[in-house]
Amino acid sequence: MTNQANRVIYLDNNATTRVAPEVLEAMLPYLTDLYGNPSSMHTFGGQVGSAVREARERVARFIGCEPDEVIFTSCGTESDSTAILSALRANPERRHIITTRIEHPAVKNLCENIATLTGHKYRVTMLKVNEEGLIDMDEYLDALSEDTAVVSVMWANNETGVILPVEEMARLAKERGIFFHTDAVQAAGKIPINLRELAIDYLSMSGHKLHAPKGIGVLYVRRGTPYVPFLAGGHQEHGRRAGTENVASIVGLGRACQLADEKLVEENSRVKALRDRLEDGLLQTIPRSLLNGHRIERLPNTCNISFEYVEGESILLHMNRHGICASSGSACTSGSLEPSHVLRAMGVPFTAAHGSIRFSLSVYNTAEEIDFVLEKMPEIIARLRQMSPFWPGD
Amino acid sequence: MWEYTDTVTEHFQNPRNVGEIENADGVGDVGSLACGDALRLTLKIEGDRIVDAKFKTFGCASAIASSSALTEMIKGMTIAEAEKITNEDIATYLGGLPREKMHCSVMGREALEAALANYRGLTLPQAEGEVVCECFGVTDVEIVRAIKESNLRSVEEITNFTKAGGGCGKCEEKLQELLRQTVSEGLRVIPLKKPVQRMTTLQKIKKIEEVLEREIRPGLRLDGGDIELIDVDGDFVMVALRGQCTSCFKSQTTIKEFVEKKLREQVLDSLVVEEVK
Repeated sequence: MTNQANRVIYLDNNATTRVAPEVLEAMLPYLTDLYGNPSSMHTFGGQVGSAVREARERVARFIGCEPDEVIFTSCGTESDSTAILSALRANPERRHIITTRIEHPAVKNLCENIATLTGHKYRVTMLKVNEEGLIDMDEYLDALSEDTAVVSVMWANNETGVILPVEEMARLAKERGIFFHTDAVQAAGKIPINLRELAIDYLSMSGHKLHAPKGIGVLYVRRGTPYVPFLAGGHQEHGRRAGTENVASIVGLGRACQLADEKLVEENSRVKALRDRLEDGLLQTIPRSLLNGHRIERLPNTCNISFEYVEGESILLHMNRHGICASSGSACTSGSLEPSHVLRAMGVPFTAAHGSIRFSLSVYNTAEEIDFVLEKMPEIIARLRQMSPFWPGD
Repeated sequence: MWEYTDTVTEHFQNPRNVGEIENADGVGDVGSLACGDALRLTLKIEGDRIVDAKFKTFGCASAIASSSALTEMIKGMTIAEAEKITNEDIATYLGGLPREKMHCSVMGREALEAALANYRGLTLPQAEGEVVCECFGVTDVEIVRAIKESNLRSVEEITNFTKAGGGCGKCEEKLQELLRQTVSEGLRVIPLKKPVQRMTTLQKIKKIEEVLEREIRPGLRLDGGDIELIDVDGDFVMVALRGQCTSCFKSQTTIKEFVEKKLREQVLDSLVVEEVK
């Protein structure tokens, strides 16, 4: 099988996703003819306001909450910051934050900055994970204290896809009067979310991870939960997030949520089967390759595999020559000098951490694409290993 | 994605001289798996000339390309000629490397030195230094040498060239001290008062612009003057005074006592502000 010219096999959907054609179609009128301001009193703006309202209802249906619990933001990072800072301001006498060592930088760096920029007035507990990327619930229970203001734990990890037990963690926090936030940026659209049944107070989502455009996010805030706006100004979003609405993207996100709801079954069956075919094929044909993360408690679209004794950036660049797009937790790809904090927290040895590749699929991937990747990867890895001073030989 | 030159890409995709010379006359091993890059250079030496060179590299595209380029450069050279090769020569041969990847060219130079030292049965001076960066095992001797050879002017640059400080960051204060001790006396490097905050150049520029706009310009404008940010090079901030300030006989006082002081307080306490006419 040969690659067609300019063909792209996109297996980097945890980084971002293509905008679904249905989403683009829904957005276009709001970038052309329907350009009114949704806050305007006239009918021309009013119809745009109606579209925003409908999108809010779609998002609410998607995550199982009420429309007035949905705030549109610019991205997942804004949602994370707003949620955590709101919880802290609502609880000024409490000075403890619980999170994990495998959070996305949006939460990890925020928590670290809160500690350092306040002269360590805040104490941050970063829960450890085991070699499969799962946390120890006993450690979590020990960490919860009367001083804890907020717990922020990602629903699913972006690098390994490992799903954390946020339902149970939220319940345990709630019992102690502690606010619970979850960064569900990777989970939304891949596993079912029904907030009515859960004790989660704040939840973050990002549009571009589920086939809506970049630059639109959602913050869910449970009714009655304290809230402090991150952006002050006008009365948009009921005074909870100022700034004229990003209408086309909001409409697109609403449509993307509707599609994601419809495609959850496909995500959990066809996409998962493709992922497993890729994963099994790589592990079977390439010696000294290891799966990073729990085999079962994992998003259906993600697999993270380490190829020992070779370096991730080199692998990615050779993959790129064949039009295959993925990501690596190696240091060199990020401009950092140390490999992924997630893999290091899981105790993945350096022999493997530098050579990790994350494959993340979407509903747009095909079996033919996976077969092409399975054909090319063994020769790429063998070629790099042939020049690695550490490769002990087959 | 890194912006690599065509030469880097070519040497990465089609590396020359991959392998190991059997019964090599000189072997140089540098780097480690933990560091994320490593290079084994083997040399065949006849008389005073390097007649063959091969490499094995674990690392990124820059590391592989630097290794390939190095072997091409030294094949046929006399030992005396090869000894003069610097990391900058390797980078130049490749048409340049991203600043953050300069340590790959340094690794090439170090492997060459190690192989030649091995040929002569000598110990490298780096091995005698004190380890400053525990994460990447970089010694003070290596750091001082990099500062001098490549005219490094900030901790960020030391990290780009040696990897020191790129891990846990605990050695940053020591790096700042080494920088202060090593740079020529003509340069002003301010002693560290508190642990240095890591900032990229872009972050520095944004922050400096913010402080200029918020704290400095309003004061200067009251006197009919103004200030413009010209450039930021490591910790050195180049500014130009405008309007009435241009002809003010106290402009140096303004620069040092007002502008530099404010920027050190609010951006980074190691900044040095210089006026560009």
